[in-house]
Amino acid sequence: MGLLDQKFENSNIVITTMDDLLNWARLSSLWGMQFGLACCAIEMMATGASHYDLDRFGTFFRASPRQSDVMIVAGTVTLKMASRIKTLYDQMSEPRYVISMGSCSNCGGPYWEHGYHVLKGVDRIIPVDVYVPGCPPRPEALMEGLLKLQEKVRNESLAKKKSA
Amino acid sequence: MLTEFGRVLIFLIVGALFVAIGLFVAWLLRPHRPYPSKLSTYECGEVPVGDTRVRFNVRFYVVALIFLIFDVEVVFLFPWATVYKGLGWFAFIEMLVFLAILLVGYAYVWRKGDLDWDKPAPRIPRYEAGVGVRDAHLTEEEVAV
Repeated sequence: MGLLDQKFENSNIVITTMDDLLNWARLSSLWGMQFGLACCAIEMMATGASHYDLDRFGTFFRASPRQSDVMIVAGTVTLKMASRIKTLYDQMSEPRYVISMGSCSNCGGPYWEHGYHVLKGVDRIIPVDVYVPGCPPRPEALMEGLLKLQEKVRNESLAKKKSA
Repeated sequence: MLTEFGRVLIFLIVGALFVAIGLFVAWLLRPHRPYPSKLSTYECGEVPVGDTRVRFNVRFYVVALIFLIFDVEVVFLFPWATVYKGLGWFAFIEMLVFLAILLVGYAYVWRKGDLDWDKPAPRIPRYEAGVGVRDAHLTEEEVAV
């Protein structure tokens, strides 16, 4: 049963804050940037397919960064790809979020020591919101990452940050 | 009183307002932090190279036109063929006339040479003794420039 489902005697007006409304709208449709880098992308595809069904969280993949809200960096970020990822991140419209999926994009993973061609963590080029551990993470783990991101979006505010 | 077209007018006004209000609210709410990299053209993460206006050889135009004629011919032939049995000789002769007209067009195109694709004629420099290959085709004045 939903939060408001069958709670009223008769139909009512719902009053909410701008923050809540906006955050609710944003977190309910986190569209993903459609690209995969390595084996994690296979898990990401599995998460998007019917068995795990990312659609029910409002996430589905768009082929253009202009239309996407969240970039799921799924796989090994090679140095050649790193500059492209930076460009793609830049081209996404704000607000934009990044999920780093799997050990490779978290920290370099198995390429940490001898991977001459691998970026040691995608957070060296773009800001990451949620790290999903695993090699590769199971679809459940990616879904958990998305839910964590939704929690993060839920606590955002339009108000100016007070200087500490 | 509101006429039928008055309703259309109201529909147009409401439609325009709907879009305008939507865009205005989006403008109020969205973050606005443009910078060159963000505004750059999306080319799958690659750096965009060159112009989007690509020039095609004008000869493709003639080929496309000729193709269109015979494409439409087939489009007409197909429904004719499906109901041919019920139509008899009259339809057969009709179609023969149609094909004959197109055949005249085909002969015309052929005769005009539009089916021939001109081979490019590159200017290959001739080698002459005592003169470098690079400037063999240049006259003295051109070399002086």
